[in-house]
Amino acid sequence: MQEAIIQIEGLKKSFGTKEVLKNINLTVNKGENLVILGKSGEGKSVTIKCIVGLLKPDGGSLKVFGEEVTEMNEDQLKELRTRTGFLFQSGALYDSMTVRQNLSFPLTRVLKLKDQKEIDDRINEILDSVGLLDAIDKVPSDLSGGMRKRIGLARTLIVKPEIILYDEPTTGLDPITSREISRLILDMQKKYQTTSIIITHDIACAQITGDRIVIMSQGEYVAEGKYEELEKSNDKLVNSFFK
Amino acid sequence: MLKDLFTKHASSFEKLGEQVYFFKSFSRNTFHKGFEWEEFIHQCYVIGYRSLGIVAVTGFVLGFVLTLQSMPTLKDFGAETYVPSMVSISVIREIGPVITALICAGKIASSIGAELGSMNVSEQIDAMEVSGANPMQYLVVTRILACTLMIPLLTIFADFMAFFGGYFGNNLSSDMSAVLYFSKSINSIYFEDLIPALVKTVFFGFTIGFVGCYKGYTSNKGTESVGLAANSAVVNASVWIIIIDAVAVQATNAFVYN
Repeated sequence: MQEAIIQIEGLKKSFGTKEVLKNINLTVNKGENLVILGKSGEGKSVTIKCIVGLLKPDGGSLKVFGEEVTEMNEDQLKELRTRTGFLFQSGALYDSMTVRQNLSFPLTRVLKLKDQKEIDDRINEILDSVGLLDAIDKVPSDLSGGMRKRIGLARTLIVKPEIILYDEPTTGLDPITSREISRLILDMQKKYQTTSIIITHDIACAQITGDRIVIMSQGEYVAEGKYEELEKSNDKLVNSFFK
Repeated sequence: MLKDLFTKHASSFEKLGEQVYFFKSFSRNTFHKGFEWEEFIHQCYVIGYRSLGIVAVTGFVLGFVLTLQSMPTLKDFGAETYVPSMVSISVIREIGPVITALICAGKIASSIGAELGSMNVSEQIDAMEVSGANPMQYLVVTRILACTLMIPLLTIFADFMAFFGGYFGNNLSSDMSAVLYFSKSINSIYFEDLIPALVKTVFFGFTIGFVGCYKGYTSNKGTESVGLAANSAVVNASVWIIIIDAVAVQATNAFVYN
């Protein structure tokens, strides 16, 4: 039997009078790449922000590594976050720092590494993995959208998290760069053996990266399955993503 | 009726609660292990060193104008030799600290508000938080403490520049020597002038840092909110500086001069 890393039951979240998440039930197993597909504004990002405790759900249960996130105190949340990586839509690189400083930030603050050689080795290794070794001394404003996403991914991976949450990793990129990023996500997942949730509305990204896909609409999950299964679905809403 | 009143002012109470929580979080993180010394020194450089120019010009002009304005009136009474004392006491007790703080509110509070606001909009603060790092300790504590330390030092610098400005203004219509001017200026200042003035600049500095950080850190997620954060940081910091000054003058009169 597969080990469940993330278990969500009856998750609810509202902003004011708008009910964004109505009743979310989801299990993500160890080593799995789960894609959540849906239109913009359907609550996909809200789901993963609840997983890392950036947003507090209004109801339901949310367990990560078997621990209830909604009942965690600040120290427990910090501990969870050291085991969980989050790639933001924009990359969210610290724009007052160079790429080297962006990458050393989690190493010195989260892993508390002191040895400069070890820090440099880790930075060089991860930059080599994402193919941007020559960008080490650049600042984020000198990088293209695709490069920012790669560096963002490198910063997420450098602390070797067990779970990675990707928030629209290919949004705003051209189709070629989108495919490159999607393949990179898959390569990194294989290399670092992570469990991932990928939020997207890019069907090509879902096809490349997803072991399993769930489709979300109006705060609820409406379909679930492998890409090939969903592609053949007769459901009008599911079908609309594949045409 | 009470319910209506509460509903009407609910958002104000929420804001107040948010500010108290922000202060509590700042206090807790200030004494938390792992103080960000490197970032603190960098912020001291940004806030202190990079404000020297504007503070120098402001201080010099302040002393110069104050001298030119008061000279004709004092001359009518044959009291022009009191100009150095009058200028130095005015500058040390009141004008130097308040004007420096207001200038710094415009320059520093707005820049902190806009910087943290744009970091908030571009999810950099969220990224720091979900990485397990402590954005409150790295971004907020360092900036507030740097302001608290630097504003008193900038005020002392502005006061010195005002002395020079005063001498320059005095020299236009009087042949008083530099040695006499500065000795008259310095001899008329006592510790009870200097210490309360410096103490209030510590509060001014804290206010500038706190308001700038609070406005930026808690801004909404939209490009418009960056401008709003910068703008409201300046307005709020300036108003608080005036209020703190009024309280400080009352306290000084009650406890020092009486």
